[in-house]
Amino acid sequence: MLLGGAALLIAVVIPLVAPDYLVPLLGKFLCFGIAALAMDLVWGYAGILSLGHGLFFALGGYGMGMYLMRVIAGEGVYRSNLPDFMVFLDWKQLPWYWHGFQSFPFAMVMSLVAPGVLALVFGWFMFRSRIRGVYLSIVTQALTYAATLFFFQNAAGFGGNNGLTDFKRILGASLHDPGTRKLLYVASAIALFGTYLLCRFVVTSRLGRVVTAVRDAELKTRFCGYESTNYKLFIWTLSAMLCALAGALYVPQVGIINPSEMQPSNSIEMAIWVAVGGRGTLGGAVLGAWLVNGGKSWLTAALPSAWLYALGALFVAVTLFLPDGLVGLGSKVGSKFRSKSLRPPT
Amino acid sequence: MSAIPVTPLEDDDRPTPISSAPIPAAARPELALWVENLSVTFDGFKALTEVTLTLEKGELRCLIGPNGAGKTTLMDCITGKTRPDSGAVYLESRMNDLTKLSECRIAELGIGRKFQRPTVFQGHTVYENCELALAGKKGVFRTLFARLSAAERTRIDEILELIGLQDHAKRQAGLLAHGQKQWLEIGMLLAQAPSVLLIDEPIAGMTHAETERTAELLRSLAGAHTVVVVEHDMEFVRSIARRVTVLHQGKVLAEGPMAQIQKDPRVVEVYLGV
Repeated sequence: MLLGGAALLIAVVIPLVAPDYLVPLLGKFLCFGIAALAMDLVWGYAGILSLGHGLFFALGGYGMGMYLMRVIAGEGVYRSNLPDFMVFLDWKQLPWYWHGFQSFPFAMVMSLVAPGVLALVFGWFMFRSRIRGVYLSIVTQALTYAATLFFFQNAAGFGGNNGLTDFKRILGASLHDPGTRKLLYVASAIALFGTYLLCRFVVTSRLGRVVTAVRDAELKTRFCGYESTNYKLFIWTLSAMLCALAGALYVPQVGIINPSEMQPSNSIEMAIWVAVGGRGTLGGAVLGAWLVNGGKSWLTAALPSAWLYALGALFVAVTLFLPDGLVGLGSKVGSKFRSKSLRPPT
Repeated sequence: MSAIPVTPLEDDDRPTPISSAPIPAAARPELALWVENLSVTFDGFKALTEVTLTLEKGELRCLIGPNGAGKTTLMDCITGKTRPDSGAVYLESRMNDLTKLSECRIAELGIGRKFQRPTVFQGHTVYENCELALAGKKGVFRTLFARLSAAERTRIDEILELIGLQDHAKRQAGLLAHGQKQWLEIGMLLAQAPSVLLIDEPIAGMTHAETERTAELLRSLAGAHTVVVVEHDMEFVRSIARRVTVLHQGKVLAEGPMAQIQKDPRVVEVYLGV
C-alpha cells in the first residue's frame, strides 16, 4: 500500500507538477537510489564493503554514452561517421569494441553484461582468494582507480579526459525536449521500483538469509554445506549489474559521461549514502542517497567549498552516533515511544 | 570409578583396531570414518603426527587429551578447514579422500560439526537458523527460489521441541543465552542430518540440568549417527563414553573403553593426573 502510493507519487505526480529544470535533477536522484540499493545489497546484506561500485555505474553509463554517440553518426561537428573525438585523434576506423552500439537493444545489453562480466571475473578471483574486510575495500578501490587512469587515456578509445558528450537524441527523441526528459525520469522511476522489488525478492528469499549468514559467520555456512564463494559472487555480480543500470539511465539525463565518474571518491560517496540511510534496509539506502544528494545539491550551490568537509563530518557523525543510520534511529525512537505509551499511567 | 553409568556394549572388550597399516576396503564395511596416518605441521610445530583412527557406524566416541593435544586440529582436518601435510580421511566405504575436498562438499557428504564456541547465525531467528541448516541441495539458484515444504516445517518443529527452544522460534539467535546457543547449534546439526557428527565441547557454559539433557541427547543420537565428542569435563565423558581415544602431543596415546583408559598409567600421567 505504502509502496504503491510512493510509486504513484514519484513516477506520476512529480513529473506532472515539477518545473522542467528540476526534472533531470530528480531523475538523477532516482538513478542514485538504484545505485544505493545495489550498494546496500552487497554491503548491508552481504557485508562486502565495496569501494569500487562507481566503476560499474560508470561502465553502464559508458555503454549508454556509446549508443548516444553512434546514433548521431555523421551529425557531429566534423560531419564524420566517427564520433568527434576520434576524428580529432585522426582515427580512420571505428575500434572493434564500438561496433554494434548504434543499436539501442545491443547497447543496453552490453551496458549491463560488460560490467557484469567484469564483476564476475574480478569477484571470482577476489572471493576465491578469500579476500575480505578492509583488504577487499582496498582492492576494489584500486580497481576503480586503475580504470579511471585507463579511461583517461585518449588511446583507450572512450574520449579520454572529456569522455562522451554532445548527445542529441535517444530513440529518435531530442534530449533537449522537456517531454523526453520527463519520459527519462519516468523510466528511471520504473527502474527504481523494479530494482527495489527485485532486491526485496532476493533479500527475503532463502538465498538472502544465506548471504546474511555468510556475512555473520562464513565458516559456519560452509560447514552447513553452502559454498559461500558462490553466494558472494552472485550477490556481488547482481549488485554490479544494478549499479550499471543506474549509470545507463543517469547518462542521458546529465548529458555527459567521463572518467571522473569512476573516481574513488564517487564510490566512497555511495557507501556514505547507505551508511546514512541505514545498512541492511532497502528503504534506508534509497532515503540516504536522496538526503545526501539533496544536501549536496543545496550546499554546492550555497557554499561550494564546504561540501567535502560536510560529507566527511557526516560520515564521522553517522559512524559514531548512528551505526544503523536514519532508519535505525527511526525504529529506536519508535520503539521508545511505543513502550512509553504502553506504560500504565501512574 | 564407582558409579559410571556406562551402557555395556557387547564389543566393549574387543581389542582396539588400531594399526597404521591400511585396512583393505572389503574388511571395513562397518566403518563410518577412517583417518589414516594424518600429519599436520604449523610452522614446525607438529600438531598431529601419524594419527590413525577408525570409527564404527553408530558409535559414540569421546576424544580427550590435554590442551594442544591436537583434538581441534583433527576435527579441522576431517571437516576440510585445515589441509593435512600427509594422510587421508575416508567417509564410510567411499574411496574419496576428504582431505582433498572443500568444507561445503564434506558437509554435503554427511559430516556435521559443532564448534568449540557456540556458532549460530546471530542475525537470524532460531527458526531461520534451523531452516538454513536443513539437509538438501544448496546451490545458489535453487536457494533463491527455495520454499519450506510441509515435511521440512514438521522436521524443524520436531527439532525445536527436542532442543527445547520451541517457544523461542521467532527470537533472534544472537539474543539467546549461552547454553541455548549450544542447544541451537546441536539442533542445527540434527537438521543437517549428517551421518557423522563432530561435537566440540558441547557442555561449556551449561547448567547441571542442561548437561544431563545433553548427555541424554548425545546417547540417543548414537546408533543412528556416528558421534564424536571432544570434551574436557571428565565427569561428562564418563557419563556418555563407551570408547575413548586419548590424544597427546599430536599422537594417539591410548584407545579403548573408558574403564580401561582410566587405568592406563600413561593416560593417568599425562592427562587425568589423579
